[in-house]
Amino acid sequence: MSTPENQIPEMPSSAKLISTLAVVAMISGLLVVLVYEFTKPIIAENQRLATERAIFKVLPKATSRLTFVVDKDKLTLADDKTIGELIYAGYDKNNQLVGIALNAAAQGYQDTVKLLYGYQPKSGCITGFDVLKSTETPGFGTKITTDPDFLANFKCLEAKANDQQSALAQAITTVRHGTKQNAWEIDAISGSTITSNAIGRMLNQSGQALHPVIAKNWNLLETAKLHSKNK
Amino acid sequence: MTQATKKETPLTLDVFTAGIWKENPVFVMMLGLCPVLAVTNSVLNSLAMGIASIFVLVCSNALVSALRNFIPRQVRITTYIIIIATFVTLVDYIIQAVSLDLYNKLGAFIQLIVVNCLILGRAEAYASKNSFTKSVVSALGMGLGFTLALVMLGGVRELLGAGQLLGYQVFSTQFEPWVVMILPPGGFIVLGSWLLLINYIQQRKTGKLIAADSASHCAVKSESFS
Repeated sequence: MSTPENQIPEMPSSAKLISTLAVVAMISGLLVVLVYEFTKPIIAENQRLATERAIFKVLPKATSRLTFVVDKDKLTLADDKTIGELIYAGYDKNNQLVGIALNAAAQGYQDTVKLLYGYQPKSGCITGFDVLKSTETPGFGTKITTDPDFLANFKCLEAKANDQQSALAQAITTVRHGTKQNAWEIDAISGSTITSNAIGRMLNQSGQALHPVIAKNWNLLETAKLHSKNK
Repeated sequence: MTQATKKETPLTLDVFTAGIWKENPVFVMMLGLCPVLAVTNSVLNSLAMGIASIFVLVCSNALVSALRNFIPRQVRITTYIIIIATFVTLVDYIIQAVSLDLYNKLGAFIQLIVVNCLILGRAEAYASKNSFTKSVVSALGMGLGFTLALVMLGGVRELLGAGQLLGYQVFSTQFEPWVVMILPPGGFIVLGSWLLLINYIQQRKTGKLIAADSASHCAVKSESFS
């Protein structure tokens, strides 16, 4: 600094100030755009891989999958880039449907918890889930993926659609730890009640909305893979 | 920061090592404590945060130093913030491209590097007054010092809070994790303990120096005064 502290430096013209900021902002914009364009395909690919990994994790028997988009009561075959509510059907080597992976989300303790869960339409069971996004408290909310008692809920969590195919036969609810009595109840983790409740809420919400649709489009889902093979 | 006023001081090893120990941004200058407390619940998170901060610190200090004669004083803070925000945005994209898992774990703290006072502080106090090479070297030292501090906290917290180090089980499964260690209070406790230890060591060091120094003088002085 050439000017001593006690002497007020002369004010440069506004044009100089503005031009400085403009130049710096331009350099900044250029850098951001370059890196954005460069990383965009890699990030998209990462996201696709993450979804793929989650699908095969919740449907361990699946060897291939198809994506469907939900349009009111209809399911239509789609690709992963389609905008809208997507569900993923998993098939085994013989092109038999082994389960369906669905997205669910609800407000947790800190932020929205997003997960992908596996649903077996044949038995009407939710058989597992994989957390896609969670900022829950480490050591408490994160127990949902490690607590053996909690995971036992998902051996077969009942989530059948009712006979009219309008909603779930029994709403999924979260109950206090150790008081689970029915197959559609989730035994909460003590100490992680809010996150446990969030899981119950999101599964109920998603189940109420989508399981009847799955039941209605049962034939399409079962035969889609065989058809796509024959084409 | 005494060199700041004298532009002609040569580039020495001290410029680099000052940030690692003598002027460690966390343990000595107490800068950027928000990420220090927030993301150090595991070694991996600490390391990733440290590397991201090094990148932003080095790049922004380099640019600030390169443009230091061009930026008028009146808009310098604005300019620094734009420069820092640019590199933070770049880091944000790069981490997403490298690993989504890591990105999800670090959460909002990547974006919050923008307001890490360590980076703005170094831009204002050092890079804006020193040559390009010196600024880069000093930023690298400061960044490494910051990372070292983060990892020191993260290591203790992960070890006690989860019984693991870098995801590997260190203690037997019989060990009951101290959950408090990976929660915010644990951050304060561990930071406090490290500060206690480091200040104790430094005090002993200076204490010894003073003692040794005065010992030689005292013998003469005490005689003459008594």
